[in-house]
Order: sequence, then structure tokens, then C-alpha cells
Amino acid sequence: MDPVLLVASIMVSATPILLAAIGEMVVEKSGVLNLGVEGMMITGAVVGFAVAVGSGSPLLGFALAAVASAALSLSFGLLTQFLLSNQVATGLGLTLVGLGLSALIGASYEGVKAPSLPKLDIPVLGDLPVVGRMLFSHDIMVYFSLALVVGVWAFLKYTRAGLILRAVGESHDSAHALGYKVVRLRLAAICFGGACAGLGGAYVSLVRVPQWTEGMTAGAGWIALAIVVFAGWRAWGVLVGAYLFGGVTVLQLNLQAAGTTVPVELLSMSPYVVTIVVLVIISARGAAGAPASLGRPFHAST
Amino acid sequence: MKRRTLLASAALSLALSGAAFAQDVPKIGFVYVGPVNDGGWSQHHHESAMQMKEHFGDQIELVEQESVPEGADAERVLTQMALSGADLIFTTSFGYMDPTIAVAEKFPDVKFEHATGYKTAENVSAYSARFYEGRAITGFLAGAMTETNKIGYIGSFPIPEVIRGINSSFIHAQKANPDVELSVVWISSWFDPAKEADATQALLDQGADVVLAHTDSTAPLSVLEKAGGFGFGQAADMADYKPEPRISSIIDDWAPYYIDRVQAILDGTWESHNVWQGIGDGMVGIGEITGPVPEEVKAEALQMKEDIANGDYHPFTGPLNKQDGSAWLAEGEVADDGTLAGMDFYVEGLTGDIPN
Amino acid sequence: MIRLERRPQPSRLWTAVTPLLAVLLTMIVGGLMFAALGKPPLEAIRIIFWDPLFDPQFSGYSRPQLLVKAGPLILIAIGLSIGFRAGVWNIGAEGQYIMGAVTGAAVGLAVYPSDSALLFPLMIVAGALGGWAWAMIPAVLKTRFGTNEILVSLMLVYVAENILASASSSWLRNPEGMGFPGSRNFKQWPAVHNTELIPDTGMHWGVVAAFIAVIAAYVLLARHIQGFNIRLTGEAPRAARFAGVNPARIVFLCLGIAGALAGMAGLFEVTGPAGQITIDFNSGYGFTAIIVAFLGRLHPVGILLAGLLMALTYIGGELAQLMLGLPGASIQLFQGMLLFFLLATDVFTNYRIRFGSEEVA
Repeated sequence: MDPVLLVASIMVSATPILLAAIGEMVVEKSGVLNLGVEGMMITGAVVGFAVAVGSGSPLLGFALAAVASAALSLSFGLLTQFLLSNQVATGLGLTLVGLGLSALIGASYEGVKAPSLPKLDIPVLGDLPVVGRMLFSHDIMVYFSLALVVGVWAFLKYTRAGLILRAVGESHDSAHALGYKVVRLRLAAICFGGACAGLGGAYVSLVRVPQWTEGMTAGAGWIALAIVVFAGWRAWGVLVGAYLFGGVTVLQLNLQAAGTTVPVELLSMSPYVVTIVVLVIISARGAAGAPASLGRPFHAST
Repeated sequence: MKRRTLLASAALSLALSGAAFAQDVPKIGFVYVGPVNDGGWSQHHHESAMQMKEHFGDQIELVEQESVPEGADAERVLTQMALSGADLIFTTSFGYMDPTIAVAEKFPDVKFEHATGYKTAENVSAYSARFYEGRAITGFLAGAMTETNKIGYIGSFPIPEVIRGINSSFIHAQKANPDVELSVVWISSWFDPAKEADATQALLDQGADVVLAHTDSTAPLSVLEKAGGFGFGQAADMADYKPEPRISSIIDDWAPYYIDRVQAILDGTWESHNVWQGIGDGMVGIGEITGPVPEEVKAEALQMKEDIANGDYHPFTGPLNKQDGSAWLAEGEVADDGTLAGMDFYVEGLTGDIPN
Repeated sequence: MIRLERRPQPSRLWTAVTPLLAVLLTMIVGGLMFAALGKPPLEAIRIIFWDPLFDPQFSGYSRPQLLVKAGPLILIAIGLSIGFRAGVWNIGAEGQYIMGAVTGAAVGLAVYPSDSALLFPLMIVAGALGGWAWAMIPAVLKTRFGTNEILVSLMLVYVAENILASASSSWLRNPEGMGFPGSRNFKQWPAVHNTELIPDTGMHWGVVAAFIAVIAAYVLLARHIQGFNIRLTGEAPRAARFAGVNPARIVFLCLGIAGALAGMAGLFEVTGPAGQITIDFNSGYGFTAIIVAFLGRLHPVGILLAGLLMALTYIGGELAQLMLGLPGASIQLFQGMLLFFLLATDVFTNYRIRFGSEEVA
């Protein structure tokens, strides 16, 4: 088994979940639980694909996928933030809407081929032995997703806006009392989460597969939700979780392809079992919990 | 004449309801397990249904229902279709077998055609395709085209249909290339483009350079196009990937059968049967063998197709041993349909275990 | 300026009016969508909401089917709602449903073809235990290690799906099925067939169990001390701890009830409407039930109504596909819209809309 190829495959496989999960983490940090990730991802997948086919530019596809999914997430935002609807149910409704809408939009794009996103030709680094092929020969979205993790981490840790976002997620009433615009902030977070999910979906339809088929995200949004929990609501944790899950998935397929003697049924449940086991080990040592206001509706009574 | 009594009773209920829809053309129903544009299994049945509709025009009415889960929902959908006055209903997924039989009992005047099962009744036919005949040819091409001597195979679930395909592919890959190895990756899904793509990549990473698939999407071909290697169209021709990576394809062509059966309804000659048709009957087609395949290989493959079609050659002809080395078919012996239908073993030379 | 003002008590009037308002809004927007797809909007709406109940051609069959479809949804949702009330986030009911079906079916098939009258009750118990045991995994991990139950219960759904695939293609496979996947059909085994109790009503044991669960949950939450503890844990965890409520016990109780009910629902489904264990007999009931639970505002009676409404949109949606050739995706979108409008209009139940500035109010 060639570790160079393995790592390269893992990075591609993990990127959609990573993008969606890092966005959802920001949403949850602000105290909002949006279970509609799957619906936003599939919308991003179809819009990104359609735009890339129409314009010939995959990057434009990614950009508009982010915009479309952010717009879709706004419907969730309006319902939960202004009309104070239940977040869990609204998120699940968003998934239904996304799946239905994407299938209707995508009907005419079945079997069409999209322009491919070129791999970056990074000078010097890309020519390095081993690591060059392993780490420095990917497309731009892989690096963008990694940069996004760093960006989110720095934003939450070092910026004033990040601090306010976390405060809102921990106690919206106190944050409100201090004069912060809770609803506005949460709407921004929801949009950001939607945009990231859209990018993740577009990565599936434009790079990882690449094609459009109805229902093609096949549950990746749910995995992204689980990864946020796995991460203990920390940016680095999201990175570790997405690469762990993607890694075990790719590894088990490779083990099968290499003809290992481990029974297939154990291999195919391994990504889920490993994720549980690792989380148990982490949480046994005491881990950060969820934002205190997660999922609770906020209504300014004064 | 049975149809007339049905129409009479339908007319009676219509008279009671006051609704008006009575068109005196047979109503043909189709039920699909996936969306009609899944790019694979359901789409192909749907397209064949559309060809059938085109053939008959206004002589029939076509109703379709997509994304019907197997189990309780299927039984309800079939009942509603029968209640709506359907004369013939095609149930196009294996999991519809028992619901089809159950509903058929309640509607003795409605005819049913169930795909890929084995149960029949007075008003229920079973039809299925000998895909393994097509897989013999794609397997042969795969064996001829591999340079690494390693072929990948993406499996969905370890059911006889899939195992038959693996065996047939391997036997004929060996005919083209005695040193060939075949590794199977199971993804526990009929349709999951992302996972199919990952599995293809994993097979390539492990040194395979030709990948066969028994899953529904075109994802493997998309990956092969990007990463290099050869593949095949599955269920549909997948002509968008010509001339490579797609070097040929196995095509499910249900249209002739559908036209034939609907014609029988129109003529009043429909009778229940259980058919398993292959290349010779036109139910399994082989798509164009394209450029990268050398002419002599292509000629040999077409000869094999010819021989299978006219019955001169059976893809499971002895001498063949089972994976554990025990004898299965003696020299010149041909596998019987019963064993093939329930095939749950690999042939000699394949590595790995069938999951259970 | 428009503001929302919290009502001291939820409005009874609006509780009744909002679902109607939501359905009306869905009809308008959904009708526009159907029109955009080139289908007659009024007819589509009529077929979805009216025909399954009152059309002379179909309703005789589809009205009882409402119960068949709603039964498992209600049964699972009741179990989930108790957990959600306590802040226990079990979103893996689908896995518990599968494991209940597999365990219960395995117990029955082990003694095939026994015709003992005790077998079916035994299978129900086994089904409940199977679901319960599957739910105990997140419960134990949560109480023992503090592992988040959302992740564990969700991941276990995928593990259960793998077990189901293995069961139907090997160890529960029908030995007389010529090697094809799928277990024996329980409909052809009268001793354990979960059939209609009264012909043409759709009432099977699963529906009966769903009704019992509604009543039991109502009593538990409204009258029983554990019900109070559950609500207290959800609404004010700290207060609950001061009041001496053991949070671990609440976790075990909530996940246990949810798992057992989901497991039972699986067993009833597999011995009744579905008929057999197949690779994908489960069709997402465990996830849809989460929607039903919240649509019913986590209240037993609300869940009953929400389950019936969801079932209606499924059956009506199927009819609309059949009669008008609407794409399946448009039905999904329609259901999503209905859900959105129901949730959006809910605000009127708890809040008053005020115009103008605060002083005026």
C-alpha cells in the first residue's frame, strides 16, 4: 500500500465533509443547531455543477454554489430567528426542501460533464519527493478548506467578532444585555454555514465524483454534523475528525482492494465504529461541551 | 375478455363517483425503486418504458411512479395503481417481488410483470436478464486490456446476481490473460456516487488499471477519465465517456420485452411466464467496443458475443472449480440455471471471501 | 415597527388555527410550484389532501393506509419526544428501529415454523429489547464517559444498516429463497403475521401499540413523577439536580423508552406491512419520526395528529405522482414547504404580533 497515494486520496475524500463541518461548527458556536446540512450540500452540488457547465468555470461554480446555499440557509434563518420556530424540525425541513429542489433543478443536468478543476502546479513544493505528490499536488479547494479551518480558528480565538459570536452561543441573554445584536450575528453565522455546506456539496459534484446525480451527497451532510460533535466544537477537532473519517473510509476501501483477510462487513462499518471509539477516548478524558445556548430559541423580551 | 369485466367494474365505480376519465385504452404502469434520472437502473427501465410508449402512441396510457421504497410502501403504491385502473404493471426491482405477488392476489384481473425475481402466479410474470453473458465479454476485454494484470470490481451487495457477474468477468478475464488478478471492493450500496468514486480511486491506488462496476452511477468512469485506466458502461451505454475510459458497455435493453408484453395485452394473448433472457434475445446488449481496444481483441470479443447469442457458447462451461478447489463443472459441462440463480460461491482463482 | 410579544399562555385559538393556516399557505405556494411544473395546481392539491380521505375510487383503500403509514411514525416519535423533552438528543431511532426488527425477526425465524401463540408476543419483546439494547450503547457511553449521544446514536444507524444488509443476505436469508436476499415472508406464516385486526381498517398491532403509547406518554408526562423529572431536566437541568433528579437515570430512561418503542415499531413493520427483512425495508421512518415529534410540539396528542398529517402527505403525494405524473422530487419539496409553514405559523401560538413602538403596547 502506497502511503503517498493513500494520503492524497484521503485529502480529496475528506474535503467535502471538512468544508460542511467547519461551517456548521461556526453556526453551532453561535448557538444555532442547523440539521439541514445535507439539504444545503446537495443544493450547492447542483448549483455549482450547473454554473460550472454553463460558464465553463469551476471556480464560478463554487462561488455561486456558496451563494445559493447561503440563500437557502437564510430561509432557515428567517424561520428560526424571527419566527422562533424549532431549530431541529426546521433543519430537517430544510433537508427535505434541499433534496427536492436540487432534484428539480438538476433534472436537465444528468449525464452532462463539467469542466474539471485543475490541480495546482505549486513550484518547488510540488516537485519535492514524496510530500510533493502527497500534499502539494491538489486542487485549490483542498487548500482553501485547510485555510478556512485556520481562518475560523483564528477568528474565534483572536478577533473581537469571534469572541462576541462565542458569547452569543454561550448565553444569548447576557450577550443581548451587553448590547450585541444576537439575531443579526446568528443570521450571519447561518449564512456562513450555508455557504460552506454549498462549497462542500460543489466539491462532490465538481471534483470528487465529478458529475451531477440526484441525491449524490448520499448522507455526507449527516456525517458533517457528527464531525462537529466529534470535534467538541473546535476548529482543529473538525479537521482531525473529517480526516479521520475520510481516512478510515479510504483506508478500508484500499484494504479491500489490496485483498486483506479482515472481513468486509467489519471494514464497511469501520468508519462509524472508529469515530465512536475515538470520541469515547477523547470524551473519557474530559472534553469541551456544546455551546450552552445551542438549539435554544432567542427572544428579546425587553 | 377479462379486461372487459375489469372495465365494467371500473365503469360501475365511476358511475357511482361521477368522475370521468374512462379512456378505453389499456393503462400500463411502471414502478421504480430510484428516481427516474438516477443515471442507472431505474433510469434505464424508465427510458425503455418511454420507448414502449413511443411505439404504441395513443394506443396505451402510461403511468409511472418513481422512488418507491421496497416493502410496505411498494404494496400500497401497487394497490393504488391497480385501483386506478391499470391493466398491466411492471415492478422493476427485486424487492418488489413479495408485494407484487400479494397485490396480484387481490386483483386477479390486473397483470403484473416483476423484474429479476423468481416468483410467478397466474397473473404475475417474472423477467430477468442474463447479465453474466454481457459480463463475460466485458471481463474478457478487461483481461485483455490490463497491463498491471490487476482488475478492480466494485460490488454492491453479495447477492447471487452480483456474484455471478464477478465469476463470469473473472473467468473470461483469465481467458484473455491467465495471470490476471481480480480484487473486489464492496460498498454496501447500489447508488452512492461519492463512495463509488472513492472505491475506484482505491482500486487504482492498489494497482488496478481496469475497473468493472456493479453499481449504478457513472462515478467510476468519471474518476477513470481523470486518473487514467479503463472502465465500462453499466446498465446504460454511458456513451459520454467514449472512446475512453469507457471501452465498451453492458446495456440493459428492456424496451423490446416491454413492447412485446404490452402488445400481448392489446392482442389479449398475455400469459404468465418466467423468462431469463440474454444477448440472443436482445435483453442484454454490448455497447460499441472503442478505439483503445486492439482490433484482434475486439474481433475475439465480438466472436464470443456471437457464440453466446446463438447458443454455441455458455459463459459457465467446464472445466470449472469452486474457489476451494472442489470440482464444480466437468469438462464441457454447462451450469444449470438453478445453480446460477442462487450462486453463492466464487470460482477457483478468485481471492477474498464473499461477505456474509 | 413589528414586534413579537410573548403571550402569558399559549393561545388555544391559534393552536387550532395555525395548522389550517399553514396548510392553506402550502396549498398556495405548492400550487404555484405545481403550476410552474405544468401540472394543474388545484387538482394536484385536491389529490394530495382530499382524495386519500374521500375519493370514492381510492379512499376505501387509502384511508386505512393512513394508519398503517402513521403507526410506526407515531410510535417512534412518542419515544423520541420523551427524550427531547429531557434534552437527550437521540437522532438514531432509525438504527434502533432496524435492530428491533432484526432481533425480533431472528427470534421468530429461529423456531420456524412453530405455531405457538406465545411466539408473536415473544418476538415483540425481543424487538423491543433489540431496539432498547441498541439505544443503551449511546446511553452507557454518555453516562460513563460523557460521550455525546448525537454522534453515537447517528453513527450507530450506519452500523445497523450494515448489520441489516448482512442479515438479509446471509444469516436471516430465506433458505427456500434460491439464494436471493431477504428473509422468509412473515405474511405467509399465520402464527406471527401482524395482520389487520379488523378487516379494512389498517389497524394492526403496531397501530394499537402507537395509540397505547400516546396515552401512556400523556399520563407519564402529565401525571407521573418521572415525567415531571424528565421535563425538569430538559427545562432546567441545574434545578433538576438540586431537586435530587439523577441525570444518568434520566438518560437511561429516555433512551431506553425511545429504543424500545422504535424496536417494537420495527418488529411490527417487518412482521406486518413490510412482511420480511430485506436490505432496505427501513425506508427512513426513524428520521421522519424526528420531524413528527417536533411537528407535534413534543406533545403526545400533537404527535398523533402530526403523524397522521405526514402520512397523508406521503399517500396523497403517491397518488399525485400516479394520477398527474408529478415528479417525486416535487412531492418532497411540497412536504418540506408544509413543514416550513407549520413551523413558521407556530409563532402565533406563543406570541402576539404588535405594531408600533414599545410604549404604545
